[in-house]
Amino acid sequence: MSFKSLIIIVMSGILVNNYTLRQFLGICPFLGVSKELKNATGMSIAVIFVMLLATAVTWPIQTHLLTPNGMGYLQTVVFILVIAALVQLVETIIKKYMPPLYNALGVYLPLITTNCAVLGVTIANIDKQYTFVQALFNAFGSGVGFMLAMVLFSGVRGQTESSEPPESFKGLPITLVSAAILSLSFFGFNGVVENLFR
Amino acid sequence: MSTIVLAVVAVTVIGLICAVILAIASKVMAVPVNETYAKVRECLPGANCGACGYAGCDGYADALANGMTDQVNLCVPGGNSVARQVGAVLGVDAGEVTPKVAVIHCGGNCDSTGLRTDYQGIHSCAAAMLMYGGNGNCVFGCIGYGDCMSVCPQNAICIERGIAHVDPRACEGCGQCAKKCPKNLITIENRTVKTLVTCHNQDKGALTRKVCSHGCIGCYKCVKACPEQAITVENFLARIDYSKCRNCGECAKVCTTGCIVLSDFGPAPVMEVAAD
Repeated sequence: MSFKSLIIIVMSGILVNNYTLRQFLGICPFLGVSKELKNATGMSIAVIFVMLLATAVTWPIQTHLLTPNGMGYLQTVVFILVIAALVQLVETIIKKYMPPLYNALGVYLPLITTNCAVLGVTIANIDKQYTFVQALFNAFGSGVGFMLAMVLFSGVRGQTESSEPPESFKGLPITLVSAAILSLSFFGFNGVVENLFR
Repeated sequence: MSTIVLAVVAVTVIGLICAVILAIASKVMAVPVNETYAKVRECLPGANCGACGYAGCDGYADALANGMTDQVNLCVPGGNSVARQVGAVLGVDAGEVTPKVAVIHCGGNCDSTGLRTDYQGIHSCAAAMLMYGGNGNCVFGCIGYGDCMSVCPQNAICIERGIAHVDPRACEGCGQCAKKCPKNLITIENRTVKTLVTCHNQDKGALTRKVCSHGCIGCYKCVKACPEQAITVENFLARIDYSKCRNCGECAKVCTTGCIVLSDFGPAPVMEVAAD
């Protein structure tokens, strides 16, 4: 587990395996909260935060509780349960001890509870048989990738809002078309990360 | 069979543990919710127009509840009734809310002025403004693509004969349009105001005359006619000081181009409290 492999994990989470643009997870906030840059960044920071926390909790549960007892098939159910409870707990804690952070992230935290990108990251960590540290780096990279997608797309949204598409394309259709084009552009990163240290 | 039981038990136990932790956490780390905030917030209309100067009704309620301000009469859409309710909650004397209205300082419709260029870009004043300050003959006047209309929460603004008009029966004076107008043509005035300068052109009289027959040429006739000395001319444009104006209407009678007009805004619209 060299430093290089960790960097590769982070970079692949950001560019190649971008959860939103390449794996189509977390589309809900991607379309819903990307109207303004401010909201998009707020949401993304909350997602990074929750992805890291969720990984830190679910990885030990899987490796020390579920797998040894032959209950690996309970993964999805248990993860959803634990992540939901965790986000709720975190919300309570920061509400009490860190009001400024609560004001910044507060509205987004409940939204993330059921975000499939978060669940996707935690499950991918297990599927790819990452170690705990690798899993944390993967979570961080995926979170930053989500942020990149959100920030880029909020810029695109700003442009489509002020343009005049044909009547039948107005609103969600043009948003989905532009999301598809943005996603296509990310296919250009294929193979970039593997050759990062050549 | 035992597999199912084991799975059910495992998930139940994990769920229970989570539930217990959450229950304890919510007790231990309960944050007392400010009751005053909730009560004040209930009184406010919920239009989130920002006329009070805070970020929406939540922001204003927060400021009031936490003692950051004691002015309960800042809510313009809510008017006196909301001020009284909020005052009752906080135990503060409400004072009076002066109903406001948006005034558009341009009367240069298609009869009095024309177009300078053929603009075919995005249908928005802000965009047209970027192209040599709009396509009208008068670079000070209303562009008429309705940026103000699009932000008006009450749909009180319409574009007629090339310029924006405010329907005073619907306008609440929230000031969103004034913030949006790229020409800064819109001001928020008290509803008691009756004399309006409907021009914003600060060019010399002769230049103004060339581009618009309705424009203020800075002839000083109104200044001389005003019995209260409420009118001044700055940059070839008449300005009325409403703290001195008595609404006598002398200025409108003598105005050579008709850009000072008399109008009556009537009473403020009754705000329908938004349910959310």
